Amino acid sequence: MSSNLSQSARQSDAAELKAVVDTSRPTKRARVGIRLRVALPLLIIGLIIAFLVGLYVGYQPLSIAALKTDPIARAVFFRLRLPRVVMAGLVGASLAMVGAALQALFRNPLADPFTLGVSGGASLGASVAIAFGLGLNLVGVPFIFIAAFVGASVSVLLVYRLARSGGGTMLPGALLLAGVVLNLSASAGVLVIQYLASYGRALQILRWLIGSLDVVGFDLIWKMLVFLIPGWFVLIAHARDLHLLATGESDSAASLGVDVRRTERMVFLASSLIVAVTVSVGGAIGFVGLIVPHAARLVFGQDVRVLLPASFLLGAAFLILADTLARVAISPGELPVGAITALMGGPVFLLLLKRQQRYSAM
Amino acid sequence: MRNDSSTTGTLIQAEHLEFSYSLLPAVVDVSLSLPRGAMGALIGANGSGKSTLIRLLAGLLAPVSGEIVFDGASLSALHPRERAKRIAYVPQATSNVFPFTALEVVLTGRSPYSGRFRFESSHDEQIALSALDALDAAHLASRHITELSGGERQLVTVARALAQEPEMLLLDEPASALDLKHRTQLTKALRRLRDERGITILMITHDLMLLDSAADLIFAMKCGRLIANGAPEVVLTEVVLGEVYDAPVRTMRSDGRTFVWSEF
Repeated sequence: MSSNLSQSARQSDAAELKAVVDTSRPTKRARVGIRLRVALPLLIIGLIIAFLVGLYVGYQPLSIAALKTDPIARAVFFRLRLPRVVMAGLVGASLAMVGAALQALFRNPLADPFTLGVSGGASLGASVAIAFGLGLNLVGVPFIFIAAFVGASVSVLLVYRLARSGGGTMLPGALLLAGVVLNLSASAGVLVIQYLASYGRALQILRWLIGSLDVVGFDLIWKMLVFLIPGWFVLIAHARDLHLLATGESDSAASLGVDVRRTERMVFLASSLIVAVTVSVGGAIGFVGLIVPHAARLVFGQDVRVLLPASFLLGAAFLILADTLARVAISPGELPVGAITALMGGPVFLLLLKRQQRYSAM
Repeated sequence: MRNDSSTTGTLIQAEHLEFSYSLLPAVVDVSLSLPRGAMGALIGANGSGKSTLIRLLAGLLAPVSGEIVFDGASLSALHPRERAKRIAYVPQATSNVFPFTALEVVLTGRSPYSGRFRFESSHDEQIALSALDALDAAHLASRHITELSGGERQLVTVARALAQEPEMLLLDEPASALDLKHRTQLTKALRRLRDERGITILMITHDLMLLDSAADLIFAMKCGRLIANGAPEVVLTEVVLGEVYDAPVRTMRSDGRTFVWSEF
């Protein structure tokens, strides 16, 4: 029992403890609970600012006066700009939180839905769905969601199998190589499907592959939320288990009471679901899940229980701003938002790769 | 069922344990028992099944057959979180990718005591700090785990196990990465834990020199079987060790200690 620690030993420890506490640096000691309480309001304020910037900036800057009088301006704002900013927020939040969760689960700072090939698998699934026709539904669920989910979960499982050596330890190099191979195979698959599909469908696939957060109205957003919210909840509910996995390894986490297999299964399932839905609507937007959690780490530290909600909020703000940039950078034209995130993500990835090589032999 | 054994007697008892990785047998018909408050050492050549046995005793692996009784009740019936409050396990070597501070790592030892959505309290933090202190490692608290030497990292992992306030501590080669000074420091700390807090300890070790001054009981494994167990002076003999390591071993007793070396 816990009382096994004898009282006298505890008291003598407590006496010595004072000296320890006094000499240590106080900044690193900010307790996790407090850190989260500071982080959340800051991030929420940041997200609100990003949201307002996203709403204001555009081909036509927002004018309150026009919204009141002009029905076309109103329609543009409520049917196009507002849903698009919301969509960017949802996709950014989702990808960033999945990235943070996968990094903890695989104990690899380079893990992200894109680098692990999960987005690739989802893209392949989505392409199949588009080739069969975008409008298909299965009991109200868009077929593209289902196909992308199948693709995403197959990739996650493959990557996991490939990266796991016999002893059960995760090999970081093997993990990333498996991701690269999966991405290549998936793109090859997409090419084959494009080739086989009719001209119109092939064009649809191409347009979707480029990736855009264009959306009309809120119908699609409600449909997405039905799948995203349970996925988010599962990840947050496993934050502590992921934290224990990130600090040690699976045996350490298991000895602390974590059901490692169950955690892996639930996180895989939730990640596949989230990635499938976001890829289905926005295409494969890379590196959000890589950049955002690392930015959050720089500010709020390593604790995964802080990192998951922080990445969620920061990811939303980040993709809203990236998408705003995509909309106005070459106005009246539009850049694919995935190009902007990839331009920023590439250097970050290389930097992290260099740092990881210092920490551990690949 | 936690009756007579609650103060003295056997803390953990294994009966006819069997375990194999796919078809490769790793632990064959092992029965052993460890009294409460004892320090046991598990020795054997590489690949003799020591790590597998200790992971079975930690509840991390389920035996194919046989049973482990912990404090009068079946270990497999113990809920993992309940088990984590009573049995702590220190793996052989830990690799760390993320630069957590040592204190953050030690604090994870408190997680069995708090809820899924709760963070550690200042009480937990004090326990974590005193766990580091018990290993003379308090100065590491705010250092990043990725910057520590292998030996320092090992001390942090042991401190995490202490923060669990366990009744039993299982260690897989805790001293393997440590230099002579840290090794002595760790062995002394473990003995102090046994003497002052009554923690039952079982550790895998290749360091035969420290054994008879540190361990109350030695278990020797070979090819998955337990081939000898008993007090140090019974196990640390030329015959038993020669059999365990399949190598000519010489021993000499002096100053009440056993010295072991191998003949080329």
